[in-house]
Amino acid sequence: MSSYSITEPPARHKWIAGVLVVTYAIITLLPLVWIVATGFKTPADAISYPPKVLFEPSLEGYVNLFTTRTRIGDEALAALPPPETWYEEIVRDRGMVIAGPSRYGERFLNSVIIGFGSTFLSVFLGTLAAYAFSRFRVPLADDLLFFILSTRMMPPIAVAIPIFLMFRQLGLSDTHLGMILLYTAVNISLAVWLLKGFIDEIPREYEEAALIDGYTRFQAFYKVVLPQAATGIASTAIFCLIFAWNEYAFAVLLTSGTAQTAPPFIPTIIGVGGQDWPAVAAGATLFLLPVMIFTIFLRKHLLRGITFGAVRK
Amino acid sequence: MAEVQLTGVSKRFGRDIGVEGLTMTVGDGAFVVLLGPTGAGKTTTLRLISGLEKADAGEIRIGGQPVTHLTPSQRDVAMVFQQYSLYPHLTVRENLAFPLRSPILKTPEDEIARKVAEIAEVLRIPHKLDNKATALSGGEMQRVSIGRALVRDPQVYLMDEPLSSLDAKLRSDLRIELKRIQADLGATLLYVTHDQIEAMTMATQIGVLDNGRLVQFGTPREIYENPVSLYVASRLGLPRINTLPADMFAGAPPGAATMGLRPEHIEQGAGKPSQITRVEHLGDQTRLHLTLDGHDIITLTDPHTPLKGGESIAIQPRDALYFDAAGARIA
Repeated sequence: MSSYSITEPPARHKWIAGVLVVTYAIITLLPLVWIVATGFKTPADAISYPPKVLFEPSLEGYVNLFTTRTRIGDEALAALPPPETWYEEIVRDRGMVIAGPSRYGERFLNSVIIGFGSTFLSVFLGTLAAYAFSRFRVPLADDLLFFILSTRMMPPIAVAIPIFLMFRQLGLSDTHLGMILLYTAVNISLAVWLLKGFIDEIPREYEEAALIDGYTRFQAFYKVVLPQAATGIASTAIFCLIFAWNEYAFAVLLTSGTAQTAPPFIPTIIGVGGQDWPAVAAGATLFLLPVMIFTIFLRKHLLRGITFGAVRK
Repeated sequence: MAEVQLTGVSKRFGRDIGVEGLTMTVGDGAFVVLLGPTGAGKTTTLRLISGLEKADAGEIRIGGQPVTHLTPSQRDVAMVFQQYSLYPHLTVRENLAFPLRSPILKTPEDEIARKVAEIAEVLRIPHKLDNKATALSGGEMQRVSIGRALVRDPQVYLMDEPLSSLDAKLRSDLRIELKRIQADLGATLLYVTHDQIEAMTMATQIGVLDNGRLVQFGTPREIYENPVSLYVASRLGLPRINTLPADMFAGAPPGAATMGLRPEHIEQGAGKPSQITRVEHLGDQTRLHLTLDGHDIITLTDPHTPLKGGESIAIQPRDALYFDAAGARIA
């Protein structure tokens, strides 16, 4: 060993850090891997003891997730024409026939509409509010900001009953609009605070230059501030989406039919045809995908976003 | 291009004075340099003219039109900031085209391409046009931000120490280039600098600010040779003007408290003997550091002088400036 550098840690430290990171990754990823794997098991494999690590993959969980099925007698089953599709075959093997589609598809679509809708609204309103707090002399700005933050100082579910009554009065119960507004109300304080931090970091000189270059304040905001706040907007959007996407308590309380999202729906699978864990796991796996894709899509921004406090000059 | 008139313009920031009762006319096609130490109100003056700050009192006219209530974009001025002037998310080309694409100018694309190429040539950055603005060196950034002002044809150019972050060679090249462009365009230009050479060589007039007030306005020659106060006299001159008690040499007018003696206004070989403390050979000139009755004096001498520290030399003033106790010029 000859050279020594202050900025480059010794190889041994790097090795230890590597081991720690890999260990942590295994611990956090294992449940996820298990859920994805369970989705491809048969119900018997899913509950076998000791647990099966190697198993013959099956799409039964996914078929069960998307269908409702009825058990019919062996004779009636034998009298039916041969199954026309692979998923019908899977169901027949269990002595059942497909009665119709399940409601998972529409619940999933509800989650997409409500999750992305409220994320868009939170980030849109949050950006405008954060810009105003950052750039203009707002009367009582500090008190207002504290008030905005204080809405997060208790768990939102603590006000569930007033909200429930309010929604009933306003006809917002079990509507997409109602859920979008509710999640936006919860997320907006986070959005304002996060985005204000990002916008504060953008020097005013850029906007001033744009004002002199012949642009109005709104155009300067749109052409100069927004592109530079992209990092903050992306990471705020991810945080908002994760909350709205995973929210369970309000969804159970305020939705039942038209606007029910996926989280309250997935547990109901358990009650339908016995404890169908592969179907639950399949539902959870598919449910993970949109947030995962969204996050990967914005990952470059997110990494800069959540470390902004640490790397700032 | 247009004339800029400020009449009794005042601006305070809380309790701090920005500018106070500023009255000044920047003639059409004039190159006016604002001088003054940090906090004297130079940048505030530019920001008031550009509309980035609103004056508390007074009136600003550009080309005869009152602009006090117009927004910056309506005033049609171009400004070069001291820092942070490039849009980091755009390329150099987009930065230069940005003002031309504004809703006020709406320049056709072929015209934009032509002007951008032309300016890039002048500022010697054509090979950098497609770089991200953040991928440039400090000097290149500053050149682009000057370029962003020059692509336009505004009523007035405002420049806040535009050359301060450049190296010496580039600074002197661009100084000449800027002066040439200004003269060619007949542009009205208001320029803030700390650099004496820039002030002396580029300005048609110099305005000296002291704590928000305009204390003298005149040609560089007037400011240098005929300052109204000790404050103005010490703004220009390198080495700085020597300040000595007025009675140190004979000939002080009555009431004089201080004598200002520019280094080149000290004759050697006659008068009072002084002690040489140090000799600085700068190549093109040699500075003599002297002490006389406990006062430090700096003067210039022949580059190949045989004088050494510790020796003694007789000196006497020529064309001394005299100031009263408050620093106002008497003679």
